[in-house]
Amino acid sequence: MNGVDRPSANALEHEAIYIMREVAAQFEKPVLLFSGGKDSITLVRLAQKAFWPAKIPFPLMHIDTGHNFPETIEFRDRLVEELGVELIVRNVQDSIDEGKVVEETGKYASRNMLQTTTLLDAIEEFKFDACIGGARRDEEKARAKERIFSVRDDFGQWDEKNQRPELFDMLNGQIEMGQNVRVFPISNWTELDVWSYIQKENIEIPSIYFAHKRKTFLRDGLIWSAEDEVVFRAEDEKVEERMVRFRTVGDMSCTAAVESHADTIDKVVAEIRNSRISERGARIDDKRSEAAMEKRKQQGYF
Amino acid sequence: MEVLKIATAGSVDDGKSTLIGRLLYDTKSMTDDKLEAIERTSKQKGYDYLDFSLATDGLVAEREQGITIDVAHIYFSTPSKSYIIADTPGHVEYTRNMVTGASTSQASIILIDARKGVIEQTHRHFFINNLLRIKDVIVAINKMDLVDFSEETYNTIKADFQELMKKRDYQDQNITFIPVSALKGDNVVNRSGNTPWYNGQTLLEHLEELDQKDIYNTGTPRFPVQYVIRPKTEDFHDFRGFAGKVYGGELNVGDEVVVLPSMTKSRIKDIYFYNKQYKTAPRRSSVTITLEDEVNVSRGDMLVKVGDLPTIDKQLTATVSWMDSASFTPGGKYVLQHGVNKVLAKVDAIEHKIHPDYSGIEENVSSLQMNDIAKVRLRLNKPIFYDKFKEHRTNGSFIIIDSRTNNTAGVGFIE
Ligand SMILES: Nc1nc2c(ncn2[C@@H]2O[C@H](COP(=O)(O)OP(=O)(O)O)[C@@H](O)[C@H]2O)c(=O)[nH]1
Repeated sequence: MNGVDRPSANALEHEAIYIMREVAAQFEKPVLLFSGGKDSITLVRLAQKAFWPAKIPFPLMHIDTGHNFPETIEFRDRLVEELGVELIVRNVQDSIDEGKVVEETGKYASRNMLQTTTLLDAIEEFKFDACIGGARRDEEKARAKERIFSVRDDFGQWDEKNQRPELFDMLNGQIEMGQNVRVFPISNWTELDVWSYIQKENIEIPSIYFAHKRKTFLRDGLIWSAEDEVVFRAEDEKVEERMVRFRTVGDMSCTAAVESHADTIDKVVAEIRNSRISERGARIDDKRSEAAMEKRKQQGYF
Repeated sequence: MEVLKIATAGSVDDGKSTLIGRLLYDTKSMTDDKLEAIERTSKQKGYDYLDFSLATDGLVAEREQGITIDVAHIYFSTPSKSYIIADTPGHVEYTRNMVTGASTSQASIILIDARKGVIEQTHRHFFINNLLRIKDVIVAINKMDLVDFSEETYNTIKADFQELMKKRDYQDQNITFIPVSALKGDNVVNRSGNTPWYNGQTLLEHLEELDQKDIYNTGTPRFPVQYVIRPKTEDFHDFRGFAGKVYGGELNVGDEVVVLPSMTKSRIKDIYFYNKQYKTAPRRSSVTITLEDEVNVSRGDMLVKVGDLPTIDKQLTATVSWMDSASFTPGGKYVLQHGVNKVLAKVDAIEHKIHPDYSGIEENVSSLQMNDIAKVRLRLNKPIFYDKFKEHRTNGSFIIIDSRTNNTAGVGFIE
């Protein structure tokens, strides 16, 4: 006993733990999709909590775009080592080399779309029946309708008109052969909820989430890293050093930085609290088209 | 932080989307990029005001049809609470969505257009709020700006609604009337100078003041076991923890419990949340419980306090809300999921259909179609451990799964 009578009353945390346990109980081969970003790091902590003192009863899988911030990869490997869980890595580069997908070119080229093929192939290869992901409904309008258990067909497709109703706490994970379920335990969390949780739990996250000096350039009013080769930069786009941090850590080539002096978790939380720009505002591929996310989801993207 | 889930109900064009947009805007929860998108689109459409409804209208398909067709979730927060709004459509044919949205909500907002007053749709919205036993209901009488903020109009609508309230089955519901203009912002977040005759709270003030005891019905503790944790490591060689969520009331270390269905008695030894031990497992906490004795417990079993047994039966009568395109017929076989427990169910009889607008019942029905609500009798292959929905919102409800399609085809509220 530790002086406190009852566990903290964070309803979102209790809900997410409940969902993790439903996944472990209802599916034969679940996997946790791990990108190295703050949302998937949060998922890992929730999974630890759900099954303690046992180990997390499913592997982690990283669909590697090859365009990661080096900090995220180091972080990933250290975390997996500490947890003692299995890590599966599948590379978008392999899908390109095998001719399954074609690399995009030009100013806005990114590998975000290409991830879909690599993910679906990996699901097929390992016969995963449930993939736990860190998507949140507040991220984008098209996600607002996503279920907690979202059934995908053999082609990884999402049919937004034909989703199962979810009533009370009851989650229906019954599926047919070939189908699989995407599970979103932090569906109901907002960006601020995630950051506050990281703060309260004292969870370690990759350094690029904190303000640091970086060589950058401006395009379309957004700040881009000039330190990494994969980010396309035109000759006339001037490089300057700025204090920046990243709000998401997806494919480097399409993740913009924000100007910030928040170099500690407390400062980051305070900044998010006052922020007036949604985190996807800094992701170029969502800006390409308002319907971008919805189209990608129909193709099996997370 | 406290989380409050709110369901909304209103007919098309009553101003539901506008109200939600207004809440986001006035609580400064709308981000600049979203606001810009709204300004841009409003201008494109030639409006001379901001069309907040664009903050919620999600999917492309919907934008083409111009209506919301499913349950969408919208988030905003104040320094004291996080709010989740389950936005459900107002169409007659979408009873299913409204029931779904209401099932996870603790409060609800029913919208009425002040120019139209209480209409048949309002009866339905109230019926569902009542059926689902939502504790706190706010009746927002909207578009007050279009009736010159008339006190008389407001009072007439309020009186009509109070007439409707006489038909309700769930008397314990807390109902509050608020005159608002979603478009102009009167009494949504900020008090209005246009309604000097109204002394009550604004919509947000009301929500901010709601407290756990106002929104949850207390019942007896039920602990359905989700998962058995057996680490089999050196440090925890003999550890057998029962993982689950506590519903209805709280459990404490030392409580004498009965394991269902085996009826074995034991005592709660430890309550864990992650790697720490606690004296109490509060309502709605996801904990891991160990027992004093070595008892055989598996997923779907339930721990309850001694002297506090639920009904254990293979037959039940329930009100069912049907949600599937395939019809529900006597003799039909389904999977019934009660909490985390699954059994097979056979439909014994459909007693009668219930019109969800309080206009009565219909006997001699041969089958149920999507959006029908009816009283039915079911027979199960194994007993389940249930309470009446009236007494226990969680342990008194179940879903029906069509085993041919695996779809969640309906929801039931046990009598
Ligand atoms: N004058 C006035 N118009 C309103 C008010 N609330 C909504 N509207 C308008 O009513 C129409 C329907 O609103 P909308 O929010 O889309 O309704 P929904 O179908 O219930 O989501 C829109 O043209 C709104 O601008 C109000 O309080 N006053």
